[in-house]
Amino acid sequence: MTPEQIAESVKARAGAAVLAVDLAPRNPSIKLAASAWRDVAKHLRDDVGLNYLVCLTGVDRGAELEAIYTLEHLGTAPEDGARWGISVRISVPRADPSIPSVEDLWRTADWHERETWDLLGIRFEGHRNLVRILCAEDWEGHPLRKDYKAPATYHGIKNVV
Amino acid sequence: MTPPESLAPASQGDVRSEEMLLNMGPQHPSTHGVFRVVIRTDGEIVVDCEPHVGYLHRCFEKHCENVTFLQSVLYTDRLDYLTSMGNNLGFSIAVEKLFDGLVVPERAQYIRIICAELNRIASHLLAIGTYGMDIGAITPFLYTFRDREKILAIFEAMSGQRLNYNYIRPGGVAYDVDDRMVESIKAFCKYFRPRAQEYNDLLSDNDIFVRRTANVGVLPADLAIQYGCTGPVLRGSGVKRDLRKDAPYSIYDRFQFEVPVGTGRKGTLGDCYDRYMVRVDEMIESLKIVEQAVAQLPDGPIKADAIKNRIRPPKGEVFARVENSRGELGFYVISDGKETAYRVKCRAPSFHNISMLSEISRGAMIADMVAIIGSTDIVMGEVDR
Repeated sequence: MTPEQIAESVKARAGAAVLAVDLAPRNPSIKLAASAWRDVAKHLRDDVGLNYLVCLTGVDRGAELEAIYTLEHLGTAPEDGARWGISVRISVPRADPSIPSVEDLWRTADWHERETWDLLGIRFEGHRNLVRILCAEDWEGHPLRKDYKAPATYHGIKNVV
Repeated sequence: MTPPESLAPASQGDVRSEEMLLNMGPQHPSTHGVFRVVIRTDGEIVVDCEPHVGYLHRCFEKHCENVTFLQSVLYTDRLDYLTSMGNNLGFSIAVEKLFDGLVVPERAQYIRIICAELNRIASHLLAIGTYGMDIGAITPFLYTFRDREKILAIFEAMSGQRLNYNYIRPGGVAYDVDDRMVESIKAFCKYFRPRAQEYNDLLSDNDIFVRRTANVGVLPADLAIQYGCTGPVLRGSGVKRDLRKDAPYSIYDRFQFEVPVGTGRKGTLGDCYDRYMVRVDEMIESLKIVEQAVAQLPDGPIKADAIKNRIRPPKGEVFARVENSRGELGFYVISDGKETAYRVKCRAPSFHNISMLSEISRGAMIADMVAIIGSTDIVMGEVDR
C-alpha cells in the first residue's frame, strides 16, 4: 500500500481525528488526535497490515510534546519483501502529556513507551508497567526535555560538566 | 533441552517445591556487558524472567543536541562498539538524507560498503567466538579472534583506530585508502574464504555445542516481529528480511549476495543454533560483497563538495535505517537548520532483540539462559545508549 492509500483508509476510519496528512516522500506521516489513537492503531495493525512498529520517537516541541510512531509492513514470505508504511504523529499539551498505550498491540511499544516516559515524560495510559527503563529509578526529571537541567549531585556524587 | 524426569518440579509427595528468585548480572561473564536478569525459578526451570537494562545509559540522544553533527558521529561509534563502521554509516546516511539531492562520491560509497561489511565479519567473529565460550568451548574463541585481529589491523591502517573509527562521516569518508590497504583487503579475502569451514569443524558441528543450542530458546517468526527483532535474530526464525535487499541503501543493489535464514537444520526453526548459524553463513556473504566492491573500486574524490567541514542541514525530519550486524539500526533526525541537531533518536537493534528474552526463556533450564542470551548477541552500548 502507498502512504496515500494508508492515509485514505485512516481518514475513512477516524474522520475528524485526522488533523493533518503530510505525504512528502521523505517521511510521510499522519497527524492524529490522541483520543483516536487506539482505534486507529488496531485498524493499522489488523486491517492495513502494519505489523511492525519500527520506532517510537518522542520530541519536545515547546508547548507540546510529540510522539512519532514509525510503522511498517514486514512480510514473512520470501517474496513479500517490499517495505511500506507510514508515521503517525500525536501531539499532546506539555501540561498534561498523556497518550493511550499500545503496548498490547505491538510488544515493541512496551519498552519504547517506557523509554519515552523516562526521557520525555509522556504518560502512556493503560501501560501495565510504566516505569523508568534507562535512567535510575530515583532519577528526577526527564532528560530529553529542552528545559531539563542536569542535577548538580546524585547521591552525593558530584556532576562535573 | 527438555529437563530430565528427576528435575521436574515435585508438586506432590513429601518434597516441597517453591519458587526462588535468582539474580543474574549485572556483572556476569555471560551477559555480554552490564546486563541484569531477575529469574524466577522452580528448581532448575525458569518460570519467568525480567531483563533490567540501563546500566550503561549516558543519554547519547541528549549529547547529539549539544554537539555538532560532525561531533555526533563520534558518539555513534560508542553505540554498538563492535560495529562502529555500521553506526557511522547509519548516522551519515540519515544526515545526508536531510540534504536534498546530496551526491556522495562513488569512491566513498565503495569504501563505505567495504568497511561496513568487513566490520560485520569482525562483529560476527566476535559473536560466534564468545558464544562458544559462553557454552564452554574456549578454543574457537582464539581462532575467531585471530581472524578478527586481521580486520582490525586493516581498519587501523585506514582510520587510525582499532575500535571506534569515526571514519565514515556525512558526505563521504574521513581518509582515502591507498593501494597497500587495498592489497591487504584482497589478501584478507583470500585468507578468510576457507576459514568458515574451520569454524564449522571446530564449533558448528561439535556435538556438545549442537546439544546445548538446538531446540533451545525457540523464537517463532510472529513473536520476533511483535517484539521488533531484526537481523540474525529475525532471520534465524526463517524470515528472509534484510534491508540491504528489501530497501537497498547506499549502493547495495550493485552486489550479488544471498540472505541466509534459519531452517531448523539441527532442531527447531528459530532455536539458538539457527541464530548462530545465520551469523556463520552471513560472514561468507559479506565476504562476497567485499570482494566485489574491492574489484570495482573506482578512483575519485572521497567527500561530497556540499559538506566538507561544516555540516548545516536544511530544516527537516528524516528517518533512515541501515542493516547493521545486529539488525536494523535507525536514526530519526530532526534539524532546525543549525549545526546541531534538534533531536536525534536512535533505534537500536539490540534494544529490541533482548526485549523478547522473557518470552523465549520460559520453561528453559537455568543453564540454558546463558545459551539464550548469547544467541541474541546483544551489545549493551546500544541497548542503553
